[in-house]
Amino acid sequence: MFWQLLQEHFVHSALLAGAVVSIVAGAIGVFVVARGLSFAVHAISELGFTGAAAALVIGLDPVVGMFAGSLLVGSVLGVLSLRGSERDSAIGAVLAFGLGLGVLFLSLYQGYATEATNLLFGSIVGVSDAQLRTLAVVAAVVLACLLAIYRPLLFASVDPEVAEARGLPVRALAVAIFLLLAAAVAEAIQVVGVLLVLTLVITPAAAAQRLTARPGRALLISVAIAFVSTEGGILLSLERSWPTSFFITTISFACYVAARLSTRRRS
Amino acid sequence: MSVVSLQDVALRYGSRTLFEALDLEVADGEFLAVLGPNGAGKTSLIRLLLGLLEPSRGRIAIDGRPPAEQRTSVGYVPQQRAFDRDLPLRGRDLVRFGLDGHRWGAGRLRPDAAARLDAALADVGATAYAETPVGVLSGGEQQRLRIAQALVCDPKLLLVDEPLLSLDLAYQQVVVLLLDRRRRSAGTPVVFVTHDVNPILPVVDRVLYLAGGAWAIGTVDEVMTSETLSRLYGAEIDVLRVRGRVVVVGTPGEEHHDH
Repeated sequence: MFWQLLQEHFVHSALLAGAVVSIVAGAIGVFVVARGLSFAVHAISELGFTGAAAALVIGLDPVVGMFAGSLLVGSVLGVLSLRGSERDSAIGAVLAFGLGLGVLFLSLYQGYATEATNLLFGSIVGVSDAQLRTLAVVAAVVLACLLAIYRPLLFASVDPEVAEARGLPVRALAVAIFLLLAAAVAEAIQVVGVLLVLTLVITPAAAAQRLTARPGRALLISVAIAFVSTEGGILLSLERSWPTSFFITTISFACYVAARLSTRRRS
Repeated sequence: MSVVSLQDVALRYGSRTLFEALDLEVADGEFLAVLGPNGAGKTSLIRLLLGLLEPSRGRIAIDGRPPAEQRTSVGYVPQQRAFDRDLPLRGRDLVRFGLDGHRWGAGRLRPDAAARLDAALADVGATAYAETPVGVLSGGEQQRLRIAQALVCDPKLLLVDEPLLSLDLAYQQVVVLLLDRRRRSAGTPVVFVTHDVNPILPVVDRVLYLAGGAWAIGTVDEVMTSETLSRLYGAEIDVLRVRGRVVVVGTPGEEHHDH
């Protein structure tokens, strides 16, 4: 059964989509964790859901709505560039309202309820060739941007006062990271769903920074954990027909627990 | 020759004047302390010199050019702040920001830049913990790294904002010593913001005291007097000399910090 499934085109597509998405999510994750943006990730993801639900109601591709919703809230959060508890309460307010809208759109939508379930919990095995292309293009753009601004973004993320004093455009970088994050979240939603995005964007980076103190190495380890979790999760779900998302979250959580238990290497 | 030049500078927020008609020249190798109560404009003055704030009036030049054009040749040491213990950043990485943190892209250091980085770490005595995560270092160790970060770009000017806060006495002396050594060896002037003049008494050349919208400048003996401070605060202030220390009594709204 397992080896038969491994010959199927839809499985190849799922594995490719998983690879693309996990690399982007793992890479952006280290900046999200360094900047303390976990809650923002959650908000962007839920607003992606609202966007997708809105798209369903008006008969558009939900993926388009998802990108629109994520990017909209991402750019608003970036431009406001709030800090600390003000940021968290603003995010909470926006998130709750957005989800309320999402509930309305879903009730207006007359189609299959599985569409909604897929959005919330992921549907990696249903990815079409066209969707795969979109995922790959968006991932390439996000990674290229991340590489281009890597050093200033790291500087501004961990040492903002001095970065500003050195003339770095810290506000523009904040907007940039939110936009890249929004794109990455919209990608991850398509693999693990709205509710489980954190498993690819936060958990691998949080595990990685327990294992190394080198910024570049932390990024690579984070990508590796996201990749292994996603591909491992997809393969396990071929063997046993439990939800893919369950396996992905389990592997990534196991990596996190192992990283926390292991003593941190100093270099 | 003066590195910093302020001519008739005023800074106002709304109707509130932090200072006005401020003329100031900071010469090569000079150690200038900026003193005053909280909210008097000490940090704002640093931000003016970094070009992050525009004066309401007047002209500021650093080495003959506007501050905003000089940011990469000014070394800045901020107030100490805690880093997350888990932050994947070593001492070496923090110092490296001073070298190439403002450059786009990613990638490794060139060999000559790596050598400068090693030299900067060795200069402040931080080689032993260069590979240690910054989050687990003590405040004093972090401030050494901060000084290396500010010096690694071979700056024309050092701007230092309350670098001694929450450091114990031994580390305070180390920080002051490192800054003093640099300005003597390379002639880099130091503008040092502090609320307590005592830790820097042995090295400070002049004091700029900001209070109540007014200012005074001169040597410690000229500025830190009952007469001058009473005039600035518009209240009765007593400045005492106790065993070589300067003790200020009676500043409104703020207790005196004496270590």
